[in-house]
Amino acid sequence: MALTGLFLCIFLIAHLAGNLQLLDMSPGGQLKFNAYAKFMTTFPLVKAVSYLLYASILFHAFDGLLLAMQNRKARPIKYAYEKANASSKWFSRQMALLGTLVLVFIVIHMKQFWYEMHWGPLGMDADGNKDLYTLVAFSFTQLWYVVLYVIMMGVLAFHLMHGFASAFQSLGLNHPRYMPIIKNVGVFFAVIVPIFFALIPVWMFINA
Amino acid sequence: MGNMKLTLKIWRQNGPKAKGELNTYPVNDVSEDMSFLEMLDVLNDDLVRKGEEPIAFDHDCREGICGSCSLFINGEAHGPGRMITTCQLHMRKFKDGDTIHVEPWRAEAFPVIKDLAVDRGAFDRIQAAGGFVSVNTSGNLVDGNAVPIPKADADTAFDAATCIGCGACVATCTNSSAMLFVAAKVSQFALLPQGKPEAKRRVLAMVEQMDKEGFGNCSNTGACEVECPKGISLEHIARMNREYLAASVTKE
Repeated sequence: MALTGLFLCIFLIAHLAGNLQLLDMSPGGQLKFNAYAKFMTTFPLVKAVSYLLYASILFHAFDGLLLAMQNRKARPIKYAYEKANASSKWFSRQMALLGTLVLVFIVIHMKQFWYEMHWGPLGMDADGNKDLYTLVAFSFTQLWYVVLYVIMMGVLAFHLMHGFASAFQSLGLNHPRYMPIIKNVGVFFAVIVPIFFALIPVWMFINA
Repeated sequence: MGNMKLTLKIWRQNGPKAKGELNTYPVNDVSEDMSFLEMLDVLNDDLVRKGEEPIAFDHDCREGICGSCSLFINGEAHGPGRMITTCQLHMRKFKDGDTIHVEPWRAEAFPVIKDLAVDRGAFDRIQAAGGFVSVNTSGNLVDGNAVPIPKADADTAFDAATCIGCGACVATCTNSSAMLFVAAKVSQFALLPQGKPEAKRRVLAMVEQMDKEGFGNCSNTGACEVECPKGISLEHIARMNREYLAASVTKE
C-alpha cells in the first residue's frame, strides 16, 4: 500500500503539472495542451510509466480491499458504544471508503477523457492533433461535472491527509526528528494538490 | 464526600459460545475515591447477596502493572483518561447520574470467556514465537551490565519493555490490530546487543504468529498509542516494520 501509494502521489504531481496548462484557455493554449496530450499518449517512456501506473492503481485498490476485508473479519462483534474520535481521526479510519470513492472517480474520469483520447471519436485541431482540449472544455461547461470534480477532490484530500504520512510509517520511516516534517508535508500536499486540481474545472466553467 | 448514583450497561455473556447482551444495572453509593474495579466489586457484592450471578471481569495487581484489567468503558479502552489501566481509573472521572457502558475487548483474536473477561492467550502465543532471548545459563553467563549499551538505546528499549500486554491497543484499534504490542516486544530486544543474534528470526516469527491469530492490519490511525496505558509510541511500530522488511529481504 505504501509503495504504490507514494508512487501515486508522485503521479498526482506530474498529472497536476501537466493539466495546469488547461488554465490557459487561449487558442494557443488549446494547441499546446493537445500537443502535450499527444506526447503523453505516444512517447514510449511515458507509455511504459503509464502501464506501471495502471498496475499501481489496481494493486493499491485490490490490496486495500483485501486488507479492509481482513480488518472487518478481525472484529466480528462491534462495540455497542464507541468513542473512536477520542483517539484517532475519522479519515484515518475511513481510508477504505475514501479510497473506494476515489476509485469510482478514477473510473468516471478515465472514461471521460482517457478512453476518449485513446479510442473515442475526437476531432482534430489546427496542428492535426486529437482535440482533447475541446472535450475537456465542453465537459466543464456542465455544472454537475464541476461539482462532482470539486467534491471528489475533497475526498482525495482526506485520503491523502492520512495516506501520505501513513506510507512513511508503514515503510518504517519514522524518526522523532523527521516525523513532524513528514506529517506537515503530508497535510500541505493533501490540501494544495486537490485544490489546484479542483481549480481547473472551476476555472474552465467560469471562463467558458 | 458525595456519593454517586450510576446506571451501568454491562455486557453479559454466559460463555464463549453463548449469545451476549448489554444488561442494565443501577449502582448507588459509589464513592468518587473508588477505582472502577472497586465500583464493580460493590455491584458484584450486591448481585451475590441477591443470589444473582456476579459479573466476570479480569483483574489482578490493581496497581497498573500487571495488565490483567481490560474493559471498554464508555467507548474507550480503560475508559476516559490517558496512560491508565482500569484499576487506575477513579470514579471521580464520572458524574452523578451518568450512564456508563462497559464492554469486553472486541477482537476475533480475543474471544470472550465470560461476560467482560476475554482470552488474551494470542499474546502469549506471539511471545512464545519469539519474544525472548536464548541465554546460556550453564555457568558462563555474562553479566548484562558488562555489555556497553548507549543510554538512548537502553532508554528506548526500556520504554518498549514497559508494555504490560493488556490488549488496549487491539481493543481500541478500528482494525483490531496487535501491531503496537508486537512492536513493543520486538523493539525491546531489537535495540539491545543481547537481542541482535535472534533479531531476524524473532520479528519474522512473531509477525507470522500475529497474523495467524487473526488480528487485523495496521493502518496507522494511531489510536493504540493514545490509549496505551504505558504510552508505547508508534515509533516502535515503524522500527518493527524496518526490522521486518530487512529480515524478509535478507532471510536465507
